[in-house]
Amino acid sequence: MEGATLSLEGIRAGYGDFQALFDVGLKVSPGEAVGVVGPNGAGKTTLLRVISGMLRPKAGTARFGSTDIATTPAHMLPAMGIAHVPENRRLFPHLTVEENLKVGAYIPAARRRYAERLAYVFDMFPRLRERRHQLAGTMSGGEQQMCAIGRALMSSPRILLLDEPSAGLAPLVVAQVFALVQRIRAEGLTVLIVEQNVAQVLRVVDRAYVLDAGHVVAEGSSAALASDPKIRSAFLGGH
Amino acid sequence: MDPFLLEAIVNGILLGGVFALPVLGLNLVFGVVDVVWLCYAELVMVGMYCVWFLHTQAGWPLILAFAACLPVVAMLGLLLHLLVVKPLLGSPPITQVLATGGVLFILQGGAMLTFGTDFRSLGVEMPPMEVGEIFVSGTKLVAFVAALVSAAGLWAFLKFTYVGTAIRAIARDREVMPLMGVDPQRIYLVASAVGGGLAGLAACLLVVQLDVHPFIGLSFGPITFMICVMGGLGNMLGGFLAAFLMGVIISTGGFWWNTEMSYVVAFVFFIVVMFARPRGLFAR
Repeated sequence: MEGATLSLEGIRAGYGDFQALFDVGLKVSPGEAVGVVGPNGAGKTTLLRVISGMLRPKAGTARFGSTDIATTPAHMLPAMGIAHVPENRRLFPHLTVEENLKVGAYIPAARRRYAERLAYVFDMFPRLRERRHQLAGTMSGGEQQMCAIGRALMSSPRILLLDEPSAGLAPLVVAQVFALVQRIRAEGLTVLIVEQNVAQVLRVVDRAYVLDAGHVVAEGSSAALASDPKIRSAFLGGH
Repeated sequence: MDPFLLEAIVNGILLGGVFALPVLGLNLVFGVVDVVWLCYAELVMVGMYCVWFLHTQAGWPLILAFAACLPVVAMLGLLLHLLVVKPLLGSPPITQVLATGGVLFILQGGAMLTFGTDFRSLGVEMPPMEVGEIFVSGTKLVAFVAALVSAAGLWAFLKFTYVGTAIRAIARDREVMPLMGVDPQRIYLVASAVGGGLAGLAACLLVVQLDVHPFIGLSFGPITFMICVMGGLGNMLGGFLAAFLMGVIISTGGFWWNTEMSYVVAFVFFIVVMFARPRGLFAR
């Protein structure tokens, strides 16, 4: 599928009376890898939930290509090319690895290409091929993260949304996960990645937004952000 | 072994096969929609009347009456979901239970108004078969085999199809399903139709063994719920196994004491299980 631009403007969103996002704007062009960084509770997960339709914004526009995200039912968005790897992975622990991947290929376009996509995912994550008949809940955290990313890739997305892929993983596994992100984007897939692990994520994305208390407080190229003294002192431990 | 005990055990297993279908249907709906259809046995009752009416009154061949019963009860399951369950999806469980309980009385009353309180018999009986030292009812044996084949079909549907896999997934995590392009409301409809279809199947298997009357649901409804809870509500395999266990307990209870006591034995066993394993016999 051809690329499509994700663009958010003036997004306000929250839960009940609690407002998590204030006039947030963001743009991701086809083929780009973009990061959203910021402290815990900055609204990063809320932002991804808006993009995948899990949360309706209270104001603002959100478009992906010609699709109006804010008015399209969430379950229609995967067919438009949006795949979201949610916070905490949210695998189906009582299903096998292959069954998890199969649910990822639920949309009609993905069912038609099931064998091809399965081979692609197993190629990218040989570990999943070895464990295809194992229950997903019995795997290690890193393997589960791979399964969650694989499940999202089964639908042949145009944009991959990753929510804290490094959360709760050992440093060595974190490095593996980021290497995979690099590989996925090298294949031309658009990636939007939310992370608290700022130092690592700036190495794999082209640009990033800094989110704090629901506001975009800075944006720029990874190199510029990594050398910005304020960002360094706030997120990179000042060295 | 005492041939009478052996016969009791065999009959218990055959009985379990008949319990298994409504247990699977109830568990399917509960696992997916998270609502207990309290009127499930009454859906079976409607299916039994459907077969009886089409065969004895309208003169349809029995096999056609069976074939018509399935879509009729499946449609009833769909309507139950759309008209009663769906508007109450966000409500407290007690509201949902009372609402489907209300449907139970509506179906009972409707059957009474339409067909009266007479016991209606299909008048079909197959000769008992002699297997080794014991006699086995041909009707029960056929019903048992049909129940097993249906259960296997349900298993294959849940195991190998995309929709079936999504049904098993949604039982654990509903909120995440739209991210995979799954519309939970559609899955609820599928589960309700399949749940209704299983009630229709159970009706076909029961109507050849029992006379149908408006309160027939009371004779197997409570035991069906008990088996579901014993196997772990929502746990399909647990319910399936518990159905056979319960069938054998009831049947052999009748052998050791008498038929009236057999249900007492079953309920005592149920209570003991609930104390020992409150989440069900087969809870992980």
